Amino acid sequence: MSLSVRLTRNFRPAADSAGFALHVEFTAERGITVLFGPSGAGKSLTLNCIAGFEKPDSGRIMLGDRILFDAEARVNLRPRDRHCGYVFQSHALFPHMTVRENLMFAAERHPRLERHRLVTEMLERFALTEMAGRKPANLSGGQNQRCSIARALITSPRALLLDEPAAGLDVSLRSELSDVLKQVRDDLEIPLLLVTHDVDDAMTLADQVLVYTDGGIVQRGSADSIRTHPANADVARMFGPTNVLDAEILALDPGRNSSRVRINGTELNARYLPGHFRGDRIRMNARADELIVHGSRGENRMELRLERMLARANFIELRFTPELVVFAPRHDWEKFRDGREWYVEFPPDSLRPLGEA
Amino acid sequence: MGSIAFPLLLSFKIALIATAIALALGLWLAWVLANVAFPGKEWLDAVVTLPLVFPPTVLGYYLLVLLARSSPFGKLWESIFGQPLVFTWHAAVVAATIHALPLLVKSARAGFESGDPALLRAARSLGTGEWRIFWKVTAPLARRSILAAAVIAFARSLGDFGATLMVAGDIPFRTQTAAIAIYDAVEAGNTRIAGVLTLILSAATLLIVYGANRLERRI
Repeated sequence: MSLSVRLTRNFRPAADSAGFALHVEFTAERGITVLFGPSGAGKSLTLNCIAGFEKPDSGRIMLGDRILFDAEARVNLRPRDRHCGYVFQSHALFPHMTVRENLMFAAERHPRLERHRLVTEMLERFALTEMAGRKPANLSGGQNQRCSIARALITSPRALLLDEPAAGLDVSLRSELSDVLKQVRDDLEIPLLLVTHDVDDAMTLADQVLVYTDGGIVQRGSADSIRTHPANADVARMFGPTNVLDAEILALDPGRNSSRVRINGTELNARYLPGHFRGDRIRMNARADELIVHGSRGENRMELRLERMLARANFIELRFTPELVVFAPRHDWEKFRDGREWYVEFPPDSLRPLGEA
Repeated sequence: MGSIAFPLLLSFKIALIATAIALALGLWLAWVLANVAFPGKEWLDAVVTLPLVFPPTVLGYYLLVLLARSSPFGKLWESIFGQPLVFTWHAAVVAATIHALPLLVKSARAGFESGDPALLRAARSLGTGEWRIFWKVTAPLARRSILAAAVIAFARSLGDFGATLMVAGDIPFRTQTAAIAIYDAVEAGNTRIAGVLTLILSAATLLIVYGANRLERRI
């Protein structure tokens, strides 16, 4: 089963809101496709168009060999006919029904005899058997979430759409959700579309990432390839604090796969920069976790003043001037003193060219 | 004794039937107003609200014109039931229904609209039809508003005077409701009958509203 989407949806500017235009095209095969990007970029709107809650202005949406929407052919299936499971951020469990009743409600399409067996199976699979008689208000956040996924799956959907299911959950529930989603991915041959603005979700779950900004997809690919080769400065910054640097190309040597660039007045070695010329001014990205801080001068090092140290959960965040951020291992905490000069090493692989933002 | 019992029983009979009709019609209208986008929707809402703000005589006159023996509806009614609609207690039911409708629609629409829209979307994405969604999700979640709407409808139907007088008339033992009988009794200087009817009507209405409030807190 594969889902192919091409759609536009325009909102004209109104008194209380700026205009917005969504224009996306992508294909999602079986596995998890993460729609990643900042709030208001059009991720949820895309999901709502696929589910049939919003009508696109133009385009075509196909799930398997069925047309869900086609502007030209004037096809616009009702949400109930689209066979898309939808998991809402608010879970949207029916508050007046128990867990079991919520699942029974969704099992309506199955033959009467099968419903009980299906519901019992789902309850067991999602570890909900013990709270089957409880109403959503008396469940924990994780149980509510499992119930809402189970309810969506009991209809045997041909695609599963998840709108920020992890928003507002604590770390342990997030990892529980990841496990559930991985299990669903492995069990079912359907595309899963996961909307999130959380980097960790995107990194750990995605078979494919679509990076959204301002109503369009700016980059697509594996999470790893996007993290290591962000298309532009905006994408680079979505993965947390990072360095976007203005560089001047001093020399290019394709034979040795190397180049020499000047950043902040310091000359540094980088990999060869295809498609550029000597003298070009480009923007480069250097990830904070790939830079190394030393106490002395050396090859490919830039002298900087340490302004601020922040203890993060798993590393130390070092802020330098001219502006640069470096993540250093926690055990080096004692070593650093702010207000002093340090030498930051740029391994040649850490400097990557960026497209225009 | 009959001059007290008959108008009271007639009033309750009319109010019960009118409430039932108003509920069926009003819940449907409220659902449409809350869920369906169509041009002229707020105009429909305004038209439904009119009986609330019209003088009863204006409403009564409209109904009289609409239901008269010479009107299309009047002719249709007469050809089916063999007797005219106006100046029967059936006409009083129509008047009471129209009188009850606006507040019922307002209350039910507010109830439907205060529900979480994600629940409706969830139900639709699960492949459920609109009719089943209404009975299994919308109505149970708005049950307080619906109950409140029904009580208001009943109380309004029970109390209608002007419109009923104009379309059903004031025919003792035929179309004379309690509200009209009270007016008649006061006019004739019969304060005992007016007093008893007023007391019974007040007590009944009080009981219904109190009972509904109790019930509303429990469901």
